[in-house]
Amino acid sequence: MRRVSRGRAPEPPRSRSGDVDAALAPATHRFEDTYFFQGTTHLPLEQHACVAQWEPVGDGAEGKLTLWTSTQSPHYVHKELAKALGLREDQVRVVAPPVGGGFGGKLELFQHEAAAAKLAQLTGRPIKAALTREEVFYCHRGRHPVLMWVKTGWSEDGKIQAMDFKSYVDGGAYMSYGAASLYYTGALQTVCDAIPAYRWQGVRVLTNKPPCGPKRGHGTPQPRFALECHFDAVAERLGMPVLDLRRKNFVKPFSTTVNYLRVTSCGLEQCVDVVARESHFEEKHRALPHGKGVGFAVGAYMCGAGLPLYWNDMPHSAVNLRLDRSGLVQVSCGQVDIGQGSNSMLVSVVAEALGCRPEQITLISSDTDTTPIDLGSYSSRVTFMAGNAAIEAATRLRTVLLAAASEEFDLPAEALTLGNGLLQRRDGIGFQLEFGELVKLAESKNGALVASGSYKPPKLGGPFKGSGVGPSPAYSFSACVAEVDVDPETGWVTVQRIWMAHDIGRAINPVLVEGQIEGGIYMGLGEVLMEEQEFRGDRGPRVLGVHKFPSMLEYKSPTTFEMPEIRSFLVETLDPEAPFGAKEVGQGPLLPVIPAVVNAVYDAVGIRIDEIPITPEKVLKALEAKAEGKPARHGPKGLPPYAFPRIQKVEPPVEWGGKPGDHEELPAADGGRGARGSRDGSGATVTRPGERTSGP
Amino acid sequence: MPRMILACTVNDEPVEALIQPYQTLLDVLRDTIGLTGTKEGCGTGDCGACTVHLDGQPVCSCLVLAMQARGRAVRTIEGLAEGDALHPLQDAFVRFGAAQCGFCIPGVLMSAAALLAENPSPTEEEIRYGIAGNLCRCTGYTKMVDAISEVAGAAGGKA
Repeated sequence: MRRVSRGRAPEPPRSRSGDVDAALAPATHRFEDTYFFQGTTHLPLEQHACVAQWEPVGDGAEGKLTLWTSTQSPHYVHKELAKALGLREDQVRVVAPPVGGGFGGKLELFQHEAAAAKLAQLTGRPIKAALTREEVFYCHRGRHPVLMWVKTGWSEDGKIQAMDFKSYVDGGAYMSYGAASLYYTGALQTVCDAIPAYRWQGVRVLTNKPPCGPKRGHGTPQPRFALECHFDAVAERLGMPVLDLRRKNFVKPFSTTVNYLRVTSCGLEQCVDVVARESHFEEKHRALPHGKGVGFAVGAYMCGAGLPLYWNDMPHSAVNLRLDRSGLVQVSCGQVDIGQGSNSMLVSVVAEALGCRPEQITLISSDTDTTPIDLGSYSSRVTFMAGNAAIEAATRLRTVLLAAASEEFDLPAEALTLGNGLLQRRDGIGFQLEFGELVKLAESKNGALVASGSYKPPKLGGPFKGSGVGPSPAYSFSACVAEVDVDPETGWVTVQRIWMAHDIGRAINPVLVEGQIEGGIYMGLGEVLMEEQEFRGDRGPRVLGVHKFPSMLEYKSPTTFEMPEIRSFLVETLDPEAPFGAKEVGQGPLLPVIPAVVNAVYDAVGIRIDEIPITPEKVLKALEAKAEGKPARHGPKGLPPYAFPRIQKVEPPVEWGGKPGDHEELPAADGGRGARGSRDGSGATVTRPGERTSGP
Repeated sequence: MPRMILACTVNDEPVEALIQPYQTLLDVLRDTIGLTGTKEGCGTGDCGACTVHLDGQPVCSCLVLAMQARGRAVRTIEGLAEGDALHPLQDAFVRFGAAQCGFCIPGVLMSAAALLAENPSPTEEEIRYGIAGNLCRCTGYTKMVDAISEVAGAAGGKA
C-alpha cells in the first residue's frame, strides 16, 4: 500500500470537458452544501479468528505455514503474510473456511493473523487466535467519517453544468486501504448523472482512532448521501419536482463519464420508473400530512474493481474444471463465500455453461494452495469475474464433449444439445446420453478432461492521478423510495416502507439477489438512523481514541423491530460483458437507502439533516432552528482551512499506451499550493506511470 | 480451582464432563463437548447467536455458567432436527433462503423454536418480538420472519 493520503484528481483535460470553474461561472443557478457522514463499523456476527500451523521441513529452516482464517481475501492475506514473516510465497498457504460475515472488515492481513503465524513458527505448535467483540471494534477498518462539500451549477431548464466536490476523510490510525477509500469518495459521483465538468479534491487525515477501511460500498455511500441530498435540495430551490430534475440528467447506457468511467448496460431510468410507479412517489411527494414523508434517491456501484491492489497484468480470477469419469464435475476457484452466495453462483454458472446438473458439481474454494487465483470477495467482483472465468473453462470442456459426441454419432456438433446433464439430438429424435457417459466417451477419445478459464477486466482509466479507482467492467444501478413517519414531539423517525429497484443485469439466483437487496437496505437503515462510532475525547483538545461503546448492546444496529416493509424489484439489462448478463447486487442497493430516508425526513417535517445518523436529538434541534426562523437544518457549519495540493495529471501506464514520465502539475483552482514534504502519508503525490493507486 | 463434574442431558443424551466452575455453557458445549453449531457473536449476551434451550427455555449460553445446567436438559441446534428430518423451521429457512453467512442462524432457529413451542400461532409482531434478541447483519430479517410465519401458519392450521 502506498502511503498516499492526499489526492486531487478528476478534473479532466480541458480539451475533453472544459474547466470546472469556467463551467460553473456562467451557470444560471449555483448551489453549494456541506454534509457529514459519521463513521460506522461492519459488525459481522462472526468475530475474527484464525489458526496457524508451521510444519518444518528438514532441519527446520525450511517449512510451510498454513493459516486458516476468517478472511474475505485469502490471496491478499497470503501475499502480505509472506512479506510480514519474510517467507517465500510458496511457503505460505491461506485457507478461508466459510466466513461468518465480512462487509469489508476482513480484507487484509490483521495483527492477530501475523502474530498467530509467527508464534506457530516459533513454538512449532498450532496457534489459535480469536478476537473478542471489543477487539473487533478496535480492528475496525470500517466506514470513514467524511466531511463533504459540493457545489453544482445548473442551466435554466435544470441541466447540470458542473460539479465541484471536496472530501475531508478521517482515516483513523493506519492506512488500511485508505488511499483507495479516499479516491472512492470522488470516483462514482459521475456514474448516475451525466456531469459535463467535474472536479474532486480530497484529503485523508490520520487520527488516533481505530483505522478505517473498506466497508460495503467502500467510500461511495458517503458522497452518494451528500449528492442525493444535494440534488433533492437543488430541485426544491429550483422549484422543480425532483424526479423531473433527475430525469433530465441521468447517464445513458453505453456512454463514458467525464472522469473516464465506461458505462455499459444501464437500467437506471427503468429503476426510477418502477419505484416511482409502485410507491406513488409523485402523488405523495410534498403532499402527505405533516409528519409523513417520502424521499427518493438513486445509486450506482462497480461490478468489481477494474484494477488489482498491486500492479500486475495477470487475471483477477481463474476457475479450474476437472471432469471425472464418474460424471462428477470438480470446480475449483480461490473465491470465498462470505454469505453472499458466490458458491451457489459458481455452481449455477458452471452447470449452465457446461450442461451438467448442479448436483453433479463439487466445489473447492478459497485455498491458496489448491485453488487458482481469485482476488477475493470485495468490490462486488466475484459474480462478474469468477463467473466469466467459469464460463470460459466450461465452454472449453463443453466444446470437447460435443466434439467427441459428434465424432462418435457421426452428427455435426450443431445437431446436438447438452443441458441439465443430458446429451440429445437437437431434433429430439433418437438417443439420449447421460452426462457421465458422455464424459467417459470424451475421456476415451481425448484423455483426461481438465480446463481452466480466467478473467481480466478490460484496461480502463483516465489520465489523472487516482483514476485507477472507479473503473469497472460494468456498473449496477439502483433507485429507492423511502416512506417515513417523523414524530415532531420526540424527533423519532420510523421508516415505514422501502421500495427498491435494482439493475442486476440478470438475476442468476433471484432469491440470493433479493437477499442482498434486503441486507443492503438493512445496513443502510442502520447507518442512517442509529449506527455511529463515537470516541471519548472526540470533541476535546486531546483525542483519546477510546471507543465509547465497543459492544453490540450499545453500538445500536437494527433489530427485527426496525425493519420496514420492503418491496424490491429486479431490472434486467443483460450486460454484454457480464456472465449471462449478471451484474452486482452486494453493495449497490445500500447506497440510495441513506439519502432516500434523509430526503423523506425533509418531506415529512421540512428539515434537512445533513449529518447522519439522524438521531431524535438532531431532528429536534433542526425543528427548533426552523421554529426560530433559522436555517431548518442540522449539519456541519463549515470546512476546515486546508489548501489542497496541485492537480496531478498523468498519462495512463506504459503498458496501457502511456508515455513514461509524462505528467504535469496544474495550479490548484483555489490558489492552494502543492504540499511539500509533509509528514506521514500526506506528502505531495507523485504518480508515475504504472504506479497508480487502486483498490477494492 | 478444582474442576467439577457437570452431568446433564444435551440433545436428550446424558453427558458428563469435567469442567472448570467458571466455564460458560457456551464454552463447554463448543470446546469440551464439541458441539460447535452454537456460535459466539459477542460473549456478552447482546447478539443471541449462542442461544440454546435450557429446560425448553431459550438462554444465551454465553451468560450461563455451565454448572447451572447440572441435572437439566440442554438442547442445541444439533438437536433441533429429529433424526434425518429437518425441523420444520430449518426446512422453511432453507426454502426461503433465510440464511446468508449463516452465523446467526443457529441462535435464530433456537429462539424461533422456543417461541413456537410456547405460542404455536404467533402473529408477525409476536414473531418479530420472539427473535428481536437475535442480531443478523446480513439479511434484514425479512426472509427469516417470512419463514417462521409460514411454519407458524401451518402449525396454526391457517391457509
